[in-house]
Amino acid sequence: MKILLFGIAKDIIGTSSLLLKEAEKNPKTVGELKKLISNKYPKFKTLSSIAIAVNSCYAEDKTKLQSSDEIAIIPPVSGG
Amino acid sequence: MESERYIRQTILKDFGLKSQKKLTKARVLVIGVGGLGIPVLQYLNAMGVGTIGLIDNDVVSLNNLHRQVLFSEKDINKTKISVAIKKLKKQNSTSKLIGYKLYLSKKNALSIIEKYDLIVDASDNFPTRYLVNDACVILGKPFVYGALHSFEGYVSVFNHKDGPTYRCLFPNPPKSEEIPNCNEQGVLGVIPGIIGNIQALEVVKVIAGIGSPLSGELLIFNGLEQEYHKFKINSLSKNKKIEELKDTYELECSFDNSSISSDAFKELLNSSTEIQLVDVRTTEEYNDYHLKQATHLPLKSIYLNHNSLDFEKTIYFICQSGVRSLEALRFLKKEQPEATLISINGGLNEFRNYDAKH
Repeated sequence: MKILLFGIAKDIIGTSSLLLKEAEKNPKTVGELKKLISNKYPKFKTLSSIAIAVNSCYAEDKTKLQSSDEIAIIPPVSGG
Repeated sequence: MESERYIRQTILKDFGLKSQKKLTKARVLVIGVGGLGIPVLQYLNAMGVGTIGLIDNDVVSLNNLHRQVLFSEKDINKTKISVAIKKLKKQNSTSKLIGYKLYLSKKNALSIIEKYDLIVDASDNFPTRYLVNDACVILGKPFVYGALHSFEGYVSVFNHKDGPTYRCLFPNPPKSEEIPNCNEQGVLGVIPGIIGNIQALEVVKVIAGIGSPLSGELLIFNGLEQEYHKFKINSLSKNKKIEELKDTYELECSFDNSSISSDAFKELLNSSTEIQLVDVRTTEEYNDYHLKQATHLPLKSIYLNHNSLDFEKTIYFICQSGVRSLEALRFLKKEQPEATLISINGGLNEFRNYDAKH
């Protein structure tokens, strides 16, 4: 499962993309994925407003995931 | 002369004189004359948008110059609106430029935005972005959104026909400490130039009705990798049903969602008569002085009995410095999780010159 990171999520995790390896527990839903990332990167928990896209489509916490999916983590950005 | 001026774009098969006439008739409002707003203004003005409104209340600073390329060293300390209008007028004497030397606020948003066909959100903070969204939804105006973070930029066209709104992407603002702004995070000069130009292109596409505007899609540009990503966003009907602006937009972006700055609260006091304001200090402190709108319920009493409060309505809590009001709020939030409870940051110390009643 490939995870693209944008905005502050990229800064927190320190890279623009992550590969979730097969050995790691594969999250079944977007909600589970958020928990998994929060456990690994506690600062991620402080983000209250994040959009998630699965295969380039906006997804909700209940959206189901497959190991072949490409996820994007899209925090709001405000600069102008 | 005018047909000659735009001939390089009117000879485009998919643009033509018809589109040029649409630009001439169009009224576009650009909110924010900064990194994003400047390229938007320069290109819309060059391309022949007939009426352009611009809003900003800032002055030019030295640290603006690396990205706000309309301004020069001699412009430092002058208002952005006056400098921008002067230079844009020289660029195209035929366009009508309307400057608003103010910040968009709850009070002025609807009356300004309603005069325009299309809005460009080139602001630099979340409260303004949510205010622009809500005002545009209320008035049925499409808006072209652009925002930056480091080497990245986001662009979308919101509230265009049946398309989604900003709240379909991010329903609620983040807390203010979560996401740094350009001043804290930094921005590479050319990035707002790229993002602002993409916004200008979207404006022209929407007005002329050409191509596929970025409605229902979020474009993310990554400058370091030269990558463009597009994500589909669904339109949620509840976000199209906004009927009035929120009481305050600052609130949503303050320290947490349950506090309000004293300035924002003063504005609220001035604009609204029916506010449930509870002073939680001791009887001695309350008798010494209090705000005339405040009712008294000391913190100690709140723990025992709070039946006198109307939890159906928003309740504002105030104390001397903002500590006890937060305690009251934390306690009551557990008792009444559904209630809207708000603590006033800094408490009465921030109201020294306000109309405190002795």
